[in-house]
Amino acid sequence: METKEEIWELRLYVAGKTAKSVTALANLKRYCEEHLKGKYVIEVIDLLVQPQLAEGDQILAIPTLVKKVPEPIRKIIGDLSNEEKVLVGLNIRPAKK
Amino acid sequence: MSLTSSQKPTQPLPSFPKALTGIIGLDEITGGGLPKDRPTLICGGTGCGKTLFSIEFIVHGAVMYDEPGVFMSFEEKAEELVLNVASLGYDLNQLQQDKLIRLDHVRIERSEIEETGEYDLDGLFIRLGHAIDSIGAKRVVLDTIENLFSGLLDQGILRAELRRLFEWLKVKKVTTIITGERGGGTLTRHGLEEYISDCVILLDHRVTNQISTRLLRIVKYRGSVHGTNEYPFLIDRSGISVLPVTSLTLTHDVTSERISSGIPSLDKMLEGKGFFRGSSILVSGTAGTGKTSIAASFAHEACNRKERCIYFAFEESPQQIIRNMRSIGFDLQQHIDAGLLKFHASRPTLNGLEMHLVSIHKLIEDFDPHLVVLDPITNLITVGTVSEVKSMLIRLIDFLQSRQITVMFTALSLNTIVSEQTDEGVSSLVDAWLLVRDIESNGERNRGMYVMKSRGMKHSNQVREFVITDGGLHLVDVFLSPEGVLTGSAREAQQLQEVTGKALRDYALNRKDREIERKRLVLESKIASLKEEFESVQDELNKAYVEEELRKDVLEKNREQLIKNRHNEQ
Repeated sequence: METKEEIWELRLYVAGKTAKSVTALANLKRYCEEHLKGKYVIEVIDLLVQPQLAEGDQILAIPTLVKKVPEPIRKIIGDLSNEEKVLVGLNIRPAKK
Repeated sequence: MSLTSSQKPTQPLPSFPKALTGIIGLDEITGGGLPKDRPTLICGGTGCGKTLFSIEFIVHGAVMYDEPGVFMSFEEKAEELVLNVASLGYDLNQLQQDKLIRLDHVRIERSEIEETGEYDLDGLFIRLGHAIDSIGAKRVVLDTIENLFSGLLDQGILRAELRRLFEWLKVKKVTTIITGERGGGTLTRHGLEEYISDCVILLDHRVTNQISTRLLRIVKYRGSVHGTNEYPFLIDRSGISVLPVTSLTLTHDVTSERISSGIPSLDKMLEGKGFFRGSSILVSGTAGTGKTSIAASFAHEACNRKERCIYFAFEESPQQIIRNMRSIGFDLQQHIDAGLLKFHASRPTLNGLEMHLVSIHKLIEDFDPHLVVLDPITNLITVGTVSEVKSMLIRLIDFLQSRQITVMFTALSLNTIVSEQTDEGVSSLVDAWLLVRDIESNGERNRGMYVMKSRGMKHSNQVREFVITDGGLHLVDVFLSPEGVLTGSAREAQQLQEVTGKALRDYALNRKDREIERKRLVLESKIASLKEEFESVQDELNKAYVEEELRKDVLEKNREQLIKNRHNEQ
């Protein structure tokens, strides 16, 4: 598998401990454990603490998951409740046949 | 009830706080700017100046009113914005370094974004809040926030979040401009006007007869009076200028100072003093009657008094006018060189009427003249209807009179009927109206001029013949003869005839004098000869008398001798 040596660098932007953020983080962790075990890094950025970081990744919506690596850059907004969409967005699973 | 209420202590009502935009004219229409600490919606079609409008609001706030601002762009990149406004003379980079302005480009790439589940726009709030707090901004522009609608799918969330955003901006106490693209049938494509209820300004770009005019209208301004008309505005090198074209009152100051028209004989017709300063003068006449010459003479005279003058030429180029006026003795070039005279020549079709008005305004603001000449206003009719031209001229006259600027219009009237109004119907607006007309008789055409009206002064009611010579313009008394008014060569013939008649009369008088002299001489000599005759008769008589005496003496002596002799003989 060519994805073997790749590491998924994931950033989750949140604003405080809102219900949506907590749900999103929990969902994300669950998917990663299931599909990317040992090949992912999750960085949680709280914009209430570091508001200046919002500009760099063009964050508008909260929560937003940004996949920087592997290319292409994708953003997934929302509480990540739809597993199918998240996995497609993260390039873990090809779009539905 | 009413009695008690009128006796209430008169507390000054809190005035509606406003934020000045610094855009020429807009602050006048809105009575002091946009509603402070509230959002204002600016909507309009593509290319009607929304972004420029809002960037000016931000820059002016930062530079002139000490109110830093955040410009959040959803369309143009920060670098593009910097370039775009550099042409207006603003250095956004420098302003950003000085922490007076903050540009933030929000990019939404639909293809990068996947939506799943619930979300909100806290990211945008935090971002904007951070930008505002980092420079202490008092002004915010969101240009064009509607782009979010194409980037995010969940309209329900988006609408709820936008409503929250505008409320939040009010709480943040920043004056906000939100721009929106105009949609079919609604002010904005996505109905932003539903959320912004304080102030809505509509920009429009209208093309009539292939001539475009930019217009601005305040659709709504809660809590404040405002002008409701469509106001034309202009975008040029110095940015936007809006023209508050209709003045609501007629309350300008007047002066009784008089200024010469440059034609002494015309001044004489106006109580010998000329026109009032700050009045509006219309010169109308048929083609080739010397309207431009009169206008040039007026301008020339003003410049000779060291007053500034702008000449708006809609028909001829400045060089042409200068050349033509030199032929009648007006050297306009020297005034241009001295910076007193300014020509502004443009074809009326260059832009719409309103734009003409705006550019005239701007030039007048810049040059601050004492006299303005518009030559001719008739040509403006090609770009508008009669009523449009009239309303434009009303506004122009209002504007000029409020600044005590004298204005002279020339107008071409198409027929020679004296009572005919000018096409633009401005004759009722102007203070003085000179009519130049053709007088055709005896196979030649001459110019006659008279003062149709001149408010506030006793003016001559006479028709004068208007003569253009190498030395300037003159008015000559016309000759009245049994056949009517005489002008041109008929007048000259009449003048000659009168001269001849006088000579003949003089001659006749002389001859009579000489006759009398001669008669006197004859009589005198007669008297002398009679005297001589009398003396000779007297002499004759005397002689006889003396002889008689002598004879008597001698006879006496002789007789005595004889007696003696006789005695001696005895």
